[in-house]
Amino acid sequence: MATNERSFTTNVWDFFCSLKLTLFLLISLALTSIIGTILPQGALPPEYVAQISPTKLQVYTKLGFFDMYHSWWFISLLYVFSLNLISCSIKRLPHVFKFISEPTLVLGEGQRNAFSLKKELSYSGSIEKGKERLVEFLGKEFSAPVITEHNGDYHLFSQKAAWCRLGVYVVHFSILVIFVGAIIGSLAGYKGFVTIVEGTSINAFEGRNGQQMPLGFEVLCEKFNVEFYSTGAPKEFRSTLTILENGKPVPGYSQVKVIVNEPLTYKGITFYQSSYGQANEGGEHFISVTPRDGGAPEKIAAHEGVVVTLKDGTTFKLLEATQEVRQFAPGFSGPAARIEVTRKGAAPQTFIAFKNFPEVNAQRGDALIFGYEGSSAKQYTGLQVAKDPGVWVVWLGCTLMVIGIGVAFFMSHKRIWVVVSKGHARMYGNASKNQAAFQMQFEDISEKFQEIKI
Amino acid sequence: MTSSMLFNITTFLYLISMIVFFAFLASKNKSLGLGGSFIAYTGLAVQTVAIALRWKESYDMGVGHAPMSNLYESIVFFSWTIILLFAYIDVRYKYRIVGAFVVPFALLGMAWAQLGMNTGIEPLVPALQSNWLLYHVITCFLGYAAFAVACGISIMYLIKTAIEGTDTSAQAGGLISMFPPLKVLDDLNYRSIMIGFPLLTLGIITGAAWANYAWGTYWSWDPKETWSLIVWFVYAAFLHARITKGWVGKRAAWLSVIGFAATIFCYLGVNLFLSGLHSYGGSKM
Repeated sequence: MATNERSFTTNVWDFFCSLKLTLFLLISLALTSIIGTILPQGALPPEYVAQISPTKLQVYTKLGFFDMYHSWWFISLLYVFSLNLISCSIKRLPHVFKFISEPTLVLGEGQRNAFSLKKELSYSGSIEKGKERLVEFLGKEFSAPVITEHNGDYHLFSQKAAWCRLGVYVVHFSILVIFVGAIIGSLAGYKGFVTIVEGTSINAFEGRNGQQMPLGFEVLCEKFNVEFYSTGAPKEFRSTLTILENGKPVPGYSQVKVIVNEPLTYKGITFYQSSYGQANEGGEHFISVTPRDGGAPEKIAAHEGVVVTLKDGTTFKLLEATQEVRQFAPGFSGPAARIEVTRKGAAPQTFIAFKNFPEVNAQRGDALIFGYEGSSAKQYTGLQVAKDPGVWVVWLGCTLMVIGIGVAFFMSHKRIWVVVSKGHARMYGNASKNQAAFQMQFEDISEKFQEIKI
Repeated sequence: MTSSMLFNITTFLYLISMIVFFAFLASKNKSLGLGGSFIAYTGLAVQTVAIALRWKESYDMGVGHAPMSNLYESIVFFSWTIILLFAYIDVRYKYRIVGAFVVPFALLGMAWAQLGMNTGIEPLVPALQSNWLLYHVITCFLGYAAFAVACGISIMYLIKTAIEGTDTSAQAGGLISMFPPLKVLDDLNYRSIMIGFPLLTLGIITGAAWANYAWGTYWSWDPKETWSLIVWFVYAAFLHARITKGWVGKRAAWLSVIGFAATIFCYLGVNLFLSGLHSYGGSKM
């Protein structure tokens, strides 16, 4: 019974340590991850729900496919992956430490045959002299050797960068550190969204689950601007924000410019420029009406969709307005409105009135010239709100990973043995990685080795 | 001289280089091999000048930015890195014949970019106005190029095993006698991935850092992010497979080809078929 139990635990242990499990997990993670890139994640768009069959929808929902990266089975895969990493390290690290701290100082006859890099030197001096000269040689050309006397021979062992065998374990450990960072972030951090209308302030934001979360301070949006390139592509979305504590601006946090790629952080909470839009749809628009035969222009307030009657009986209606017309009318820029003008007894005419192009406005209309003077409607800025105390742990993990990969991929543990016997010495070399590069170094050393006169 | 003219010359040179390499493959004439390499390097030099010139031209237009901001510019950069890595293998390991299987990837990229895409210089949209753009794109594409080279070498490996397996007489001469030995191809495949994997890792990390800086989340399971992780998993599997018995050689070559297919999907497929945060990489922009 006892042996059975032991063999069972050993089996489980071997299972978690096995490289086969690693390969299975890596390939499973790769394959299953594809699902979430094809199926929509999170809140499903109604069009998608309409097109998919109810059975499919039910099965996919049951399997967690619509939030698969947080589904029990995906998280389980990640847990088994972590267990695999930990088990492998526990199993192999002691061997590696032993390998580093207790290197093979004496090369047996059998071991010597396994080397592809070797060189022999004959000399006429005494063995003591030979040893001294070769110790000096190794120290100068490679690194200071450890000397062991064995059966009348001297075995000189020198090595470089033995510790780089730990590189791969640093990489494995770094993955666990990143996981820990992600867990801290999901437990202690939060993400949300808030919109602030120009000239107003907020003291709470909407969390992921839709509930209002207090900030503990106020954020005032002084102004929001959009700039465009001449091609019509957006150039800059800029919010000017001020942080208020007890209604007073916080020094250093007044009139701060926040653009995409330049967020604002206050008390560990960061605000990211995310979207924008026109606040209160029913705001007032201003239209200028100028008689063509001279006379002072008249400025008239209009609401979207509401008919305005002028003195001469002409009516007009503002259909829509924009603060940047470029995307609708290439070649033009700035605020503009589409208006429908109906002269008394005539058919309605629809055209665009610009703010920045009076000469274009003058080409349209008949007795009256219509221009757009802008709107009293305010814009709002949309900001992502995030706090993630785990992010530094994640960066620590990433740094460890880069260092670990650098060591594991680009450095190698190089070892050289010289067995000094009476009348001749044999040199052997080995590298843990990139044998070809080490071969060149070894050949260099070999050339000098052969020229030694003792 | 404009950058777009130089890019056309580059494309033409890569075409000639590929043809000369194919002739080299068929004739085994060493001077053809030298010619193929020489033409490819000339192309690389012209392309380097063209990229620098395009960078300068963007400043002249007043929208100055590194030429890595859309699909066209990234494909051009991708081709450039492929030839650069080929040059490294050619000079370092003296296996010129690899060019016959690697130069076509660069040519394909350049031809598609020059013939099928809008080549105009566009100003940077707000999301891309960051120094992270440079670090992120350079590391990712150097990684992609290393995987492209590994894929070309793996195809050579698979062709060689297929022909040698069925036809013993081919061992004496024939087309594949120019190929490096299988052991060398396997080793070169491994080496290329040893270069690509750290670069991909850096690419993912710089991307995460940038995302965190710009959006407040270092990872949001956006399709591009997920696919880069899938590629990472595949090559991580490749690296671990090599230390298990029975996974060197043919299986490793297949994993390398699959890895590159996933890379290409991550790079192009995600932009063309899926939607997400990397939409500016699409060809319509």
